[in-house]
Amino acid sequence: MNIRRFLKTDTAVPDSSRRSFLKVSAGASAGLMLGVSFSAPSALAQQASDAALEMNAFVSISPDNTVKVLIKHLEMGQGVYTGLATCVAEELDADWSQVVCEHAPADVTKYANLLMGQQGTGGSTAIANSFMQMRQAGAAAKAMLVAAAAAQWQVDASEITVSNGVVSHGNHSATFGELAVAAAQQPTPDRASLTLKTPGEFKLIGQDNTLRKDVGKHNGTAIYTQDVKLPGMLTAVVAHPPRFGSTVRSFDASAALARRGVQQVFEIDSGVAVVASDYWTAIKARELLQIEWDASDAETRSSGDILAQYRELVETPGAIAEAHGNPDSVLSASSDVTELMFEYPYLAHAQMEPMNCVAQVNGDSAVMWYGCQSPTSDKAAIAQLLGTSGDKVTIHTVFAGGGFGRRANPASDYVLESVQIARQVPNTPVKLVWSREDDMQAGYYRPAYVHKLSAALDAAGKPNAMKIRIAGQSIMAGTSMAAMMVRDGIDNTSVEGLTEFAYEVPERQVELHSPQVGVPVQWWRSVGHTHTAFSKEVFIDALARKAGADPVAYRLELLKNNPRETAVLKLAAEKAGWGTTELPEGWGRGVAVHTSFGSTVAEIVDVSVDGNNFKVERVVAAIDCGIAVNPSIVKAQVESAIAYGLSAALADEVTLTDGHVDQTNFHNYRVLRMNAMPVVETHIVPSTNAPSGVGEPGTPPIAPAVANALAAVTGRTFTRLPLRLA
Amino acid sequence: MAYLLTINGQSHEVDVEGDMPLLWVVRDHLNLTGTKFGCGMAQCGACTVHVDGVATRTCVMTVADSVGKNITTIEGLQSPQAKAVQQAWVELQVPQCGYCQSGQVMSATALLEQNPNPTDADIDAAMSGNICRCGTYPRIKAGIKMASAQFTNAAETA
Ligand code: FES
Ligand code: FES
Repeated sequence: MNIRRFLKTDTAVPDSSRRSFLKVSAGASAGLMLGVSFSAPSALAQQASDAALEMNAFVSISPDNTVKVLIKHLEMGQGVYTGLATCVAEELDADWSQVVCEHAPADVTKYANLLMGQQGTGGSTAIANSFMQMRQAGAAAKAMLVAAAAAQWQVDASEITVSNGVVSHGNHSATFGELAVAAAQQPTPDRASLTLKTPGEFKLIGQDNTLRKDVGKHNGTAIYTQDVKLPGMLTAVVAHPPRFGSTVRSFDASAALARRGVQQVFEIDSGVAVVASDYWTAIKARELLQIEWDASDAETRSSGDILAQYRELVETPGAIAEAHGNPDSVLSASSDVTELMFEYPYLAHAQMEPMNCVAQVNGDSAVMWYGCQSPTSDKAAIAQLLGTSGDKVTIHTVFAGGGFGRRANPASDYVLESVQIARQVPNTPVKLVWSREDDMQAGYYRPAYVHKLSAALDAAGKPNAMKIRIAGQSIMAGTSMAAMMVRDGIDNTSVEGLTEFAYEVPERQVELHSPQVGVPVQWWRSVGHTHTAFSKEVFIDALARKAGADPVAYRLELLKNNPRETAVLKLAAEKAGWGTTELPEGWGRGVAVHTSFGSTVAEIVDVSVDGNNFKVERVVAAIDCGIAVNPSIVKAQVESAIAYGLSAALADEVTLTDGHVDQTNFHNYRVLRMNAMPVVETHIVPSTNAPSGVGEPGTPPIAPAVANALAAVTGRTFTRLPLRLA
Repeated sequence: MAYLLTINGQSHEVDVEGDMPLLWVVRDHLNLTGTKFGCGMAQCGACTVHVDGVATRTCVMTVADSVGKNITTIEGLQSPQAKAVQQAWVELQVPQCGYCQSGQVMSATALLEQNPNPTDADIDAAMSGNICRCGTYPRIKAGIKMASAQFTNAAETA
């Protein structure tokens, strides 16, 4: 897909005013009503023969027999093109080979995330919120094809069958393409007339034979922001301040401007921008800038100082996030309290494609090209910056080279940076490119945290009281989402996973300190669960050891009223040969189970220890994510989530010295490479429940499972990430 | 200054600074965007091309040093090994975000061109310079084995 085609197809369906909207709702999980709005098709009978005919906001069919599905979520590797298109094709009874996908435009009236109320991708909600909506969109398009065929053949619609992209009745048969023009003129079907399949009737959902629709990634033809080419386009880089909160006092750009190909150098909110003919020219010119920074408002502490402050904080009472009973009285009466302090570093997302964004500002309007994860909030932020309205902002979404949370920035940081630059070079497309060093050093990060967990055991060795204190920056405070996500001083993303504690502990309390620190922070694949699951699962293991119990049996006892976690844990244990297979000398086996984003994942890890080194040899995972729309992608996501979490367990760590980020690139921010990747075996719990999250839930259990495996070999308890034997 | 490069069997003349890495010449000046930028310091492998048949990081190879070499980018891959790798990549659904995958395919192809039947250790050694943040490593390994089997089988039946 090149950009020209992107633009052409984007305008091929005239944006004529929609005649009517119809709300179709169906019950789904968690009692949510998922609505779908179908815009009625415009009269497109005179379209050129290759043009797509719009059946509804999500489905177009071309006379050449292509079914195009508009994808309202960002494809960043999680497989959302394939997942959403599978749901459409299932109910449409399309042939999988005729289906193509394209990112939907930024239009919250049609493409909202039904679990967020705005258009956006995140929280592992893509399939969960779209499952019914996409199936309804497919069923509605099918009904229009059938109605068109019934009219053409003068037969009863109820006698018409549709299979693999062919509509038939008796001796009549027609492809979708042949019926497209007539179908587009059919009235939008009403809600009552749509009958969705039962799980037993699925032909595509749950099958592994649906090849991914985000094509061109094996031969270099897939287009990312980095690859966007537009006539007259310039490239911009930004010199960001060396410390967070520093500002430009003065700068001298004369040497930079003297370089061939350098067009402009100017100050923006986040630093000094260099605009040049290409990336290399811009980067070389940036090295020639003389900038004096004003550090009076800068964060100048080291990460060691920040963690030391957190260690003090967790010794004092915090805001109460959750309270059951009075654990303090039980703990103070106990003579044998188990207490562990946990520490977590800042983490960079280090997605493979460094941050970037293409913007063109023409007067009061803007056109954007990038891997846009939050169309609604980015659009609003751009409009506000330009003092214009949202309808003056057009966003073309392209593939993202990974995200892991970084691209959904509540402040739209890199997006606004690109618009600030493009505004100074009007009527010209400008591609902002961050170097890897920018990406590593200019934020944002998973916050650093310290946790303190205390528990007392009853006579049977089970915890009867638990106190949890967490200290670390709030991700949401100060963002546009604070009003929605921070309640009574509690940012749920700081505590999720330790609140609603899965194990039965009658008296427990969770407290939170959210200190202000000048380091920009953001969600990172699985958000709060990145740290809370580690504390929870390592702590439970330590309690099991203290009680002299088997870690799996101990968990099962404390989960006896939680059938879902029980089933997932049992499946993983059985498949891994827990307690039934012998391990070689120097090997250990560890377990962790955790529920996040609606799904439960258990992981059982084998490690081998050799002196002060260790290797993760094998991971057996079990997941309950409801219906697995595409089992191959579910397994790929579990492998991916494990690799991402394992990288943080083994190596990832951002540190600061006097406010300067120490890490710059992959030589000193060490990430998981193939030689450290274990064998991963994933088992999916069969389910007929509505789909729940898949992209993130595999990450939380991996680090604690590795720590617990190391504990099994060494007898020590590991409470810091990344894990170190010495 | 002008430099004459041979890329994918074609001659290209570019007028750029001599210290410009080949990566930015192919991406920004020759519009061959399949080769990706990930780190700029030979750490991630996203920018891998074949230079005289050897997998090479173009982010640290200057245009001046590229003159007179036979350069193949992902767009110019032709060898049976390359086709086998790409076919396996599709069949096993290897790519996720895909951003690293041009580099992975280039490294895997170079490996199989030199060693049609690599062991797990050979694969780890040849591929550990290519980072994949999506963690597609298990499928990359399986893909290389699938592609390799095609040659071993072909050799056996020949
Ligand atoms: S961009 Fe060349 S190795 Fe990373
Ligand atoms: S597929 Fe995303 S980095 Fe490799």
